[in-house]
Amino acid sequence: MKKIYLDYAATTPVDPRVLEAMMPYFCDNFGNTMSLHSFGQKARMALDESRKTVANFIGAKPEEIIFTSSATESNNFALKGIAFANEKKGNHIIISAIEHACIMESAKWLGGRGFKITYVPVDRFGVVNVDDVSKAITKETILISVMHVNNELGSIQPIAEIGQIAKENNIYFHSDCAQSLGKIPVNVNDLNVDLLTASGHKIYGPKGIGILFVKRGVKIEPLLNGGGQELGLRSSTSNVAGAVGFAKALELFNQEEKIAELREYLCSGVLSIPGSRLNSPKTGVPGILNFSFFGVEGEAITMRLDIDGIAVSTGSACSSSKLTASHVLLATGMKPEEAHGSLRVSIGRWTTKEDIDYFIKSLLKNINQLREISPFKNV
Amino acid sequence: MYSKKVMEHFNHPKNMGKIDCPDGVGKVGNIICGDVMHLYIKVGKNDVIEDIKYETFGCVAAISSSSMITEMVKGKTIVEALKIEKNSIIDSLEGLPKAKIHCSVLAIDALSESIYDYLKKNKRDIPDFLEKRHKIIVKNSR
Repeated sequence: MKKIYLDYAATTPVDPRVLEAMMPYFCDNFGNTMSLHSFGQKARMALDESRKTVANFIGAKPEEIIFTSSATESNNFALKGIAFANEKKGNHIIISAIEHACIMESAKWLGGRGFKITYVPVDRFGVVNVDDVSKAITKETILISVMHVNNELGSIQPIAEIGQIAKENNIYFHSDCAQSLGKIPVNVNDLNVDLLTASGHKIYGPKGIGILFVKRGVKIEPLLNGGGQELGLRSSTSNVAGAVGFAKALELFNQEEKIAELREYLCSGVLSIPGSRLNSPKTGVPGILNFSFFGVEGEAITMRLDIDGIAVSTGSACSSSKLTASHVLLATGMKPEEAHGSLRVSIGRWTTKEDIDYFIKSLLKNINQLREISPFKNV
Repeated sequence: MYSKKVMEHFNHPKNMGKIDCPDGVGKVGNIICGDVMHLYIKVGKNDVIEDIKYETFGCVAAISSSSMITEMVKGKTIVEALKIEKNSIIDSLEGLPKAKIHCSVLAIDALSESIYDYLKKNKRDIPDFLEKRHKIIVKNSR
């Protein structure tokens, strides 16, 4: 059966060129970067080169890039590391209401340990208002963390402006760029960030590798203590193959990607279905599209599409063990019943027009069938 | 995540739709929670449920639970139908994920509400347990 992957925002396949670059670092150049002998030094060189490539790509210095295991680790590190290193200065942290679970849960965890958390709201397109961030600042504020691109809606946040405000108030600013790196320009200087998270598996690189950019001079406490790898900020034997893969993945982004065109094609196809609506802002990243369909539930659509070989994702309750609708969609003011019927379609490097045609055909068929089952039919 | 049986019912649901002039209707669930089930029954001689149909808004488990309960109930008397428990739906579906157990409860609730409606419309005696159940369902759906 035909298999069509439209869930690039969840994870991407590894680009074969990335895999090829990584291969020598498993069986041949397998050394420990901390070893003095030639095996170790060879690994060390590869790690340093990768760090340079990553740093160049985002406008940072190599010594400001910390390789981690994932965006989740980087986000935990940023929040907890800043909180504990700066608790004498204050105990207040500002995040947006639509952050990824790893920021939400880290903030909640800190909230249970004496830190105060303010959640800044978003508008109906899932965009934070800069003034709301300004107003949330207190004398105790030590960190602001706002994601660059939201993973469910694709909405782009005014990171540079928020960063400017943070700078003026002498507050550290972190941005989770897991969904923006490789899709829109990400430069630490333009974005005014002190800390920045990114992930390998969202950019056609491998899973198990992420980065945290930590601007020189930022006071941060490590989460992992040990042999002092990653400039003493993240001990663990270095994942050299992962770092090489991350760097290679970034190098490949120099090529023009035709995702914006496909977005329009997909969007007009889906919106031709009666009772459908686009939840993503028109100004969002091209690769992420969130739709709602009247009278049908998101998990049901997702699983019907899966039977036809199509992979998409749902932000609705039934996708997880939680029974509440997505916190992101609810934060945009969407009614729970609309949020339950939402579907996230995310396209990427290997999506074709034919894939989209096949998807729309299957979507229409399945929506019609599910509406026949549904008590809510009047579109 | 879902059993083969669940996916079978989800992909080829049985008895879906509406019955014109039903003898009893059960409407349960709450759109805010993401599940709504409408169940229609046609009752014949000796209180046998001759026809049963449903309309469901909800996830895979909600749809397959609806489909399964209609299969289990068709041809049974209302007394027999009221004896069906959530576990027999779950077993017939070869299991449901923990977070989805409430979907089988929803199907049971829809069925007992439709029988309640049937008895009430025909001015028949309503057993105490059914009256109690009805009150709880109405309370929970608010």
